[in-house]
Amino acid sequence: MKMNTLLVGLLTSVTLVMGTAQAAELSMVSGDTGTGLEFLRGQLDKFEADTGNTVTIVPMPSSTSDQFGQYRLWLAAGNADIDVYQTDVIWAPQLAEQFLDLTDAAKDVVGEHFPSIIESQTVDGRLVAMPAFTDAPALYYRKDLLEKHNKTVPTTWDEMTATAQEIMDAERAAGAADMYGFVFQGNAYEGLTCDALEWVVSNGGGQIVEADGTISINNPQAAAAIDRAASWIGTISPEGNLAYQEEESRGVWQLGNAVFMRNWPYAYQLGNGDDSAVKGLFDVAPLPKGDGEGARSAATLGGWNVAVSKYSPDPEEAIKLAMYLSSSEVQKERAIMQSNLPTIVALYDDADVAAAQPIIPSWKEVFLNAVPRPSAPTKVKYNEVSSLFWSAVHETLSGNGSAAENLEVLEADLTELKGEGW
Amino acid sequence: MASDAMAPITLRAPKIISELSRQRLAAARWFLLPMLAALSVVAGWPLLRSIYFSFTDASLTDLYGAEFIGFGNYLRWTTLASGKTIYRGLLVDSAWWNAVWNTLRFAFWSVSFEAVLGMIVALVLNAEFRGRGIVRAAILIPWAIPTIVSAKIWAWMLNDQFGILNDLGLRLGLLSQKVAWTASADTAMQAVLIVDIWKTTPFMALLILAGLQMVPKDIYEAAELDGVHPVKQFFAITLPLVRPALMVAIIFRLLDALRIFDLIYVLTPNSAATKTMSVLARENLFDFDKFAYGSAMSTLLFLIIAVLTILYIWLGQVRFDGGDR
Repeated sequence: MKMNTLLVGLLTSVTLVMGTAQAAELSMVSGDTGTGLEFLRGQLDKFEADTGNTVTIVPMPSSTSDQFGQYRLWLAAGNADIDVYQTDVIWAPQLAEQFLDLTDAAKDVVGEHFPSIIESQTVDGRLVAMPAFTDAPALYYRKDLLEKHNKTVPTTWDEMTATAQEIMDAERAAGAADMYGFVFQGNAYEGLTCDALEWVVSNGGGQIVEADGTISINNPQAAAAIDRAASWIGTISPEGNLAYQEEESRGVWQLGNAVFMRNWPYAYQLGNGDDSAVKGLFDVAPLPKGDGEGARSAATLGGWNVAVSKYSPDPEEAIKLAMYLSSSEVQKERAIMQSNLPTIVALYDDADVAAAQPIIPSWKEVFLNAVPRPSAPTKVKYNEVSSLFWSAVHETLSGNGSAAENLEVLEADLTELKGEGW
Repeated sequence: MASDAMAPITLRAPKIISELSRQRLAAARWFLLPMLAALSVVAGWPLLRSIYFSFTDASLTDLYGAEFIGFGNYLRWTTLASGKTIYRGLLVDSAWWNAVWNTLRFAFWSVSFEAVLGMIVALVLNAEFRGRGIVRAAILIPWAIPTIVSAKIWAWMLNDQFGILNDLGLRLGLLSQKVAWTASADTAMQAVLIVDIWKTTPFMALLILAGLQMVPKDIYEAAELDGVHPVKQFFAITLPLVRPALMVAIIFRLLDALRIFDLIYVLTPNSAATKTMSVLARENLFDFDKFAYGSAMSTLLFLIIAVLTILYIWLGQVRFDGGDR
């Protein structure tokens, strides 16, 4: 009996020692949308089989603002429960101090990725997160409806507005009472900053805060762009659009109740799923441009990365996981199964990816128009800048004041926030 | 046991305290000790910490390197070269006062409706009818569902495209078009109020019901014999007698309503029309790089609730020992 206990004790301690050396129990957080979590689980199963580690997913809400608040709190408290974080492209400057430097671990593969993305995740010379996929939105349009009403794919916002209105009216007259022209992300949250940045940039209105830190948002072209968007609410867009995030707009779209939608690439795969009312009926194009000087198509650069917490008890294994999730192998699967855009340049010319998701090579064009949000120049104050911006835009969309009025106040608020410098 | 022992002491303390009651008093203090210790750890310490942080320049990235800056988060001013003085800080922050106003508005309307509806429900439940037990249990369900869950359920029910409320309204002809309840600034507060009233009326009803059941039946019999109209019976007998219970129920709800967070955070997180003090404080504490400023908000929130509670108890002459006046 005593001998047995001793043996068990010895064995346990041996496995425990071995355990920490070889197999780690890791946790990662992810707030993915659609079928993202299922996909991630599949990839993690492979990682577990290869390395003997176990990885638990801690699911989070899909709103990036909600995730950020939670992560910030955990990291400030030195939480050791979460090893790997899935981070938004804009978070790097704000959370950099809490993440491990991946420069050494990534030195062989870092050249494969788009340099601009790697740059966005490098803070003070430290690579704080590895890119897992990038994101750039596009204009989703209903091929069947455009064909039926003899319309072409719009290239300017005004054209889009007119087409949407016409088709919506005609379809409603024909009995589709729930038909709308255009759905986008209009809730007061980070997503609205993305949408509105596109309207402003595409109208030649600057990038809110320029790369050198100048506050540029209060200009007539930006105001015109936001006023145009405000005119959509209650006409071609439902009034509820003011509360839509990505999934709500996809909901309206996927039931076949919208002619156009602004959304990220993930909606492509889901829209072609078997339960989708618009399966095979839609296509994507670069977002329309505005008018006036400097007008061009613009897409806000999104994307998710994997970062390793400096409080992780198993940093080595956690770094392995981060490197695995950003690897070419996983990104290729991600592109094929989730229609997420790879950050590895070579995958855009990959035959398998092109066969499974013919849109991905064409997204290269969208990606070339990508605009970063001003997270780099505004550093730790980015969240507040974004919140002020989306509030000003949301006020305008809700009909509380014109864009010019709200942008003037926004400029004053931003100037005060900036103070001596960002 | 402890309350049995304490009741005679707190209510009518005899002029000469006997040896026995002195012992009881000492024992009661010992019984209180663990609770006080627990309270000071889970409530007192965090409260003092927030108050302390509100006088510093703390940031979440570096909590322990915070430096003391006095009242700067509350009010500070600089005089410009032109001689003009500009004021900054929480006390002159319009977003903060908007949140205070939203909170007060919310607390007033929700507690008023809940008190009236709770009273009606309690009167119904106090009547004798078949299946009363089941109805009493069923009516508690909204209160038993965690707020976050019921808020999500309601968010879908209020949804403009898929929501059942719009569907019902359209089919019954009550609405002419789909209403975006949570999105539009005009209806956002109503939406939040509807959900809160739905959720907390049962709680109110339960507390009032407890008060109702203490009202002696013979008073009503006497009133009936004298031919007093039932409406008059309610205002002359029922209301004064349940008043103590009602006042306590209202203060519980008031405290709850003044710190409302979860419901609004789920239904209308960033709408200026519904943003309350707690929602704004959380945003500054965690989303923005303004931990100290958020702490200042929490401190003011605490002070505002404390002042309102004291005012309420004083003006309403509320007593917590079950007696009245």
